[in-house]
Amino acid sequence: MSELEELYRRMLVIRRFEEELAEVKKLGEVPGSIHLCIGQEAIPVGVSALLLPDDYVTATYRGHGWAIERGSDLAGLFGEIMGRASSVAGGRAASPYLSDASVGFIGENSIVGAGVPIALGAALSCDRLGGGRVSVVSIGDGAMNQGNVHEALNMAAVLALPLVVVVENNGYSEMVRIEDMVRVTNLAERGAAYGIPAETVDGNDPVVVARAAAVAIERARTGGGPSIIEARTQRLVGHYSGDAQHYRPAGEVAAAREVEPLVRARAALLEAGRDAAELDAIAAGVDREIQDALAAARLLPLPDPTTVMEHVYA
Amino acid sequence: MPEIKNLSYIQAVNHALRWSLETVPNTVVFGEDVAVPGGPFGATKNLHRDFGVDRVFDLPISETAFLGMALGSAMTGLRPIAEIMYSDFLFVAMDQVVNQIANIRYTSNGKWGAPLVIRTQQGSSPGACAQHSKSIEAYLAHTPGLRVVCPTTPMEAYQAIRTAVVSDDPVFVVESRMLYPQKGEVQLDAELWPMGGARVVRPGADATIVAWSRTMTAALEAGEQLAARGVDAEVVDLRWIAPLDVETVADSVAKTGRLVIAHDAPGTGGFGGELAARVGERCFGRLRAPIARVTGIDAPLPAAPALQDVALPSADRIAGAVLETMSA
Repeated sequence: MSELEELYRRMLVIRRFEEELAEVKKLGEVPGSIHLCIGQEAIPVGVSALLLPDDYVTATYRGHGWAIERGSDLAGLFGEIMGRASSVAGGRAASPYLSDASVGFIGENSIVGAGVPIALGAALSCDRLGGGRVSVVSIGDGAMNQGNVHEALNMAAVLALPLVVVVENNGYSEMVRIEDMVRVTNLAERGAAYGIPAETVDGNDPVVVARAAAVAIERARTGGGPSIIEARTQRLVGHYSGDAQHYRPAGEVAAAREVEPLVRARAALLEAGRDAAELDAIAAGVDREIQDALAAARLLPLPDPTTVMEHVYA
Repeated sequence: MPEIKNLSYIQAVNHALRWSLETVPNTVVFGEDVAVPGGPFGATKNLHRDFGVDRVFDLPISETAFLGMALGSAMTGLRPIAEIMYSDFLFVAMDQVVNQIANIRYTSNGKWGAPLVIRTQQGSSPGACAQHSKSIEAYLAHTPGLRVVCPTTPMEAYQAIRTAVVSDDPVFVVESRMLYPQKGEVQLDAELWPMGGARVVRPGADATIVAWSRTMTAALEAGEQLAARGVDAEVVDLRWIAPLDVETVADSVAKTGRLVIAHDAPGTGGFGGELAARVGERCFGRLRAPIARVTGIDAPLPAAPALQDVALPSADRIAGAVLETMSA
């Protein structure tokens, strides 16, 4: 399997997981809101391709893709989001705040930007406890306007910690255009203010993302300190489930669908000589994996109400 | 021979931090001005020199970032001890405290933990403005997942920090700036104390006074004043806000039938209200007078000493409240 083919398959896992999740939500099996990363899959897949099992990942409420890439159990993830007694977090976290210590997934965060100081702490452990490990944190473009991110970026630079900050710039700070919320063209320009190397890359191409991540992660592993990668992408769905996206200009999403990562990766694979049947077989395999995971999740029990006070304290 | 030293409260803190760095693997100490300057009050004096910059280090004035860093590093193998210079400064970082640190064990179903310590100091002092004088224990007590201790003596401070550092829970050690110069005996090689537990500091039969933090000084002085007037007050140092030792207070009230709770924080929403409710639930039939509270005023604290004198509980006011319960 070629590099792109594997990246394509992994992006498909995230895409199919979330498409299925949206269906399950419509069926009423998901309490609460979900924030899908449909259209942004190349970023967690491209970055995670370079990560090792002992590394740490922190994400946002749009973080299902990162959890999947970390290796969190798919049935556990479905079950967690469906409010069941999942192996991931026992139904205590749900879609926007799940974490999984068993795979070094520090977790999602529903407070915008708050994951960056926490990921900074994981980077401190990586530095002080040794082993050349790194801490990766994903945030959205809107988070670049939070004070917690500003503080943490400066501190990461001052302490030269192995932190890789991935800014998934999907053009929207929740429901407003990021270009109306900042006065720089590229968010990577902010890196200069902290003395942190930063670059803007095509976030819809997992190979490009992986190439940028390779540089940043190698820098972190070898004591070179933090990096910022701004990955440009587009959300193909709403900010949250049920978001009608009336704030987006007509045709924007349709145009984005022409250049989304799966469409591009499939076209590139076909151009490289793969035949469509091969790619369809990959998709069918992914689909089975997702269906099996969902079926397993539906068999998970609901959390036992008598455990509601467990794990408040050690 | 036990190793007993006569130390000030702040020196006891310093000894506890030194013990932690020497004894507990992977402890790190960080905050504003804690390393090279040795701490604005001297809590971290010489620790940077003796343990090096990897373990004791100064940080930018960024409380949110370093409390988040405390959490992330605690989740992944370190045992951080962070210092918030004045408890008032905690409020700029409350997201990390309330939404992050306190949550993670629960929301991960016990798979992550946050074994960290946040040291701070609280209370008013002559001339201190309203942003350098808050007493914050009630804000912390309202957040499940946190442990909170307010030590009142050098030995209490020494033991509270050591207990906190070996705990797997996030612990706030809320010290008292006004008590920092006070001296007392500290047994440096004492066994660790368990977490929690109030302490009867002055036994008595007629009424119970419960206090913590700086207010304990006024409470003990009130006990002496009352003794001179023939009233035998029992004074209890609550010590731990969480876990809360209601038993010790309730046992005392069951005996005396009277309870006065004193704290520097404002009365409205103050921890005294919670304590009064808990004791009321247990001791309703034994109470011979309504539970009384003597607290800081429901106002931002003024800076001028002439105003501060009437803003905070004094021994006179506490003694007066006890006498009122006696005449009820």
